Amino acid sequence: MTLSVALTHRAGTFALDAAFEAGPRVTALFGRSGAGKTTIVNAVAGLLHPDQAHITLNGRVFNDAATFTPPHKRRIGYVFQDARLFPHLSVAQNLDYAARFGAKAKARAQIIEMLGIGALLTRGPATLSGGEKQRVALGRALLSDPEVLLMDEPLAALDGPRKAEILPYLDRLKRDSGVPILYVSHAVDEVARLADYMVLLADGKVAREGPVFDVMADPAAVPLLGVREAGAVLRATVQAHGEDGISTLQVAGGTLSLMGVDAPVGTVVRLRVLAQDVLLSLDRPTGLSAQNILPVTITAIRTGDGPGAAIALDASGDTLLARVTARAVTAMGLVKGQQLFAILKATSVAQNAISGGVMSAPAPAP
Amino acid sequence: MSLDPAGWDALRLSLLVGVVATLIALPLAIWIAWLLARRDFWGKGALNAAVHLPLVLPPVVTGYLLLIAFGRTGPAGRFLESTFGLVLAFRWTGAVLAAIVMGFPLMVRAIRLAIEAVDPKIEDAARTLGAPGHAVFRTVTLPLILPGILAGGVMGFAKAIGEFGATITFVANIPGETQTLPSAIYALLQVPGGEDAAITLVLWACILALGAVVLSEWLARRVAKRIAGT
Repeated sequence: MTLSVALTHRAGTFALDAAFEAGPRVTALFGRSGAGKTTIVNAVAGLLHPDQAHITLNGRVFNDAATFTPPHKRRIGYVFQDARLFPHLSVAQNLDYAARFGAKAKARAQIIEMLGIGALLTRGPATLSGGEKQRVALGRALLSDPEVLLMDEPLAALDGPRKAEILPYLDRLKRDSGVPILYVSHAVDEVARLADYMVLLADGKVAREGPVFDVMADPAAVPLLGVREAGAVLRATVQAHGEDGISTLQVAGGTLSLMGVDAPVGTVVRLRVLAQDVLLSLDRPTGLSAQNILPVTITAIRTGDGPGAAIALDASGDTLLARVTARAVTAMGLVKGQQLFAILKATSVAQNAISGGVMSAPAPAP
Repeated sequence: MSLDPAGWDALRLSLLVGVVATLIALPLAIWIAWLLARRDFWGKGALNAAVHLPLVLPPVVTGYLLLIAFGRTGPAGRFLESTFGLVLAFRWTGAVLAAIVMGFPLMVRAIRLAIEAVDPKIEDAARTLGAPGHAVFRTVTLPLILPGILAGGVMGFAKAIGEFGATITFVANIPGETQTLPSAIYALLQVPGGEDAAITLVLWACILALGAVVLSEWLARRVAKRIAGT
């Protein structure tokens, strides 16, 4: 699957000029409010007529100088921030709406099962909770048998617990549905958890793009992600769960002891390690309460306009990102290529940043 | 409450005019209301003004303008008679036209408000699910505006039954042909001793109007319940 997007659009003082390609699996379109994310997704869906555009999906031209395919002929599934269920139809009628117009979704029962909405079928949308509504909206979009699923901040309208309720379903969707997803978000944790590839938008332009592990570990992306939100994403294999609630995980550069990991032993999970939670030490520290110490090599140092500096670290193949003060860089004499130690606190991995199973190795080809 | 044959004729004619005018006007009113609510086009303001004109013009003026245009010698009247054999002036069909014109702004207003209350984002969602424009209207917009259509229909019907000024100017007051309830009441009040018969007709007019309101309230409540998605 290739979704190719290039467009320019002007609305008032806002100018959008962006081009990128989204491959199979999950592509995140990340940016702050007003960066142009929704404009792009609406242009892909055909709900917006951009000034200039070249948008193709698997070679089918949606929009160019001569063509504008209307939304109902694009075969895209769109999950909106507000679920937008049809209020006058039951959940089942909402789910089967696309079938009225010829959509032939193969796996209705599986989709309903996957999203856990089987018990809601006869209910009306007004009786559903926010999380339930969003799951039904997901099911409705999937049952339109789309070639690509567009998700515009599908969790933004939900509170913390509702978000946590939906995220596992998104993991399953990514793993089981096989439908490529363009996922719009301004939440770094969602992107770190779900995306394979990410496109970073700023002021209507693509500021950075690449595999999510690379972009998240790029010191230059720190100001775009926000200094408090920036942090590398690691692959880790769950090795053991201790009786004290601390789990042991294997990463390329060693083992980490972390709290609150509930994935089964043997699964590969993603860890998001916030840059501000990584400490650096020139010598291997002793007598420290923090348990997670990895030998690392500095691969890049980026000092910004402020008092902070972002430092990219290689940990035997994994990339970590640390944020220290520029003063510390000078005082410690940090330079590229230097070897030192990174210290991670066991609590430094946010619970919802751990997603079970989604990074497991692909099945061998038959 | 018993009616003399002339009273029955007036009642029957009023009902006929009301039903026919409502059935003809409603689809047109839905279309115009949708245009005004959802589309931008050149002349939208003029269309809006034209629709609402009968609401602000003296009914007698509207009736006289209808007579000029749709009378047997008027341009529209001549065309209808030569093309379809349809005569409006001084016929019950003319009373229907007067009722349509006078009731139309009320219908459009109610339906337009209902359409504007439907979130276009819901319609966008339907489009992404494969519904072409006309299907979006049929499967999403129309069911959601049903209460507004009912309200508009009842208002148009009530207006049609009660219309007096434009009707009497355009089609006069011919018993059995163009004499509707209001015209009959007016005629009875012009002759000495006609009050008793007039009171009976007044009561019937009240019953019809109240019945229409109660029926529409009941229907609207049922529809609203269904639309609320509970």
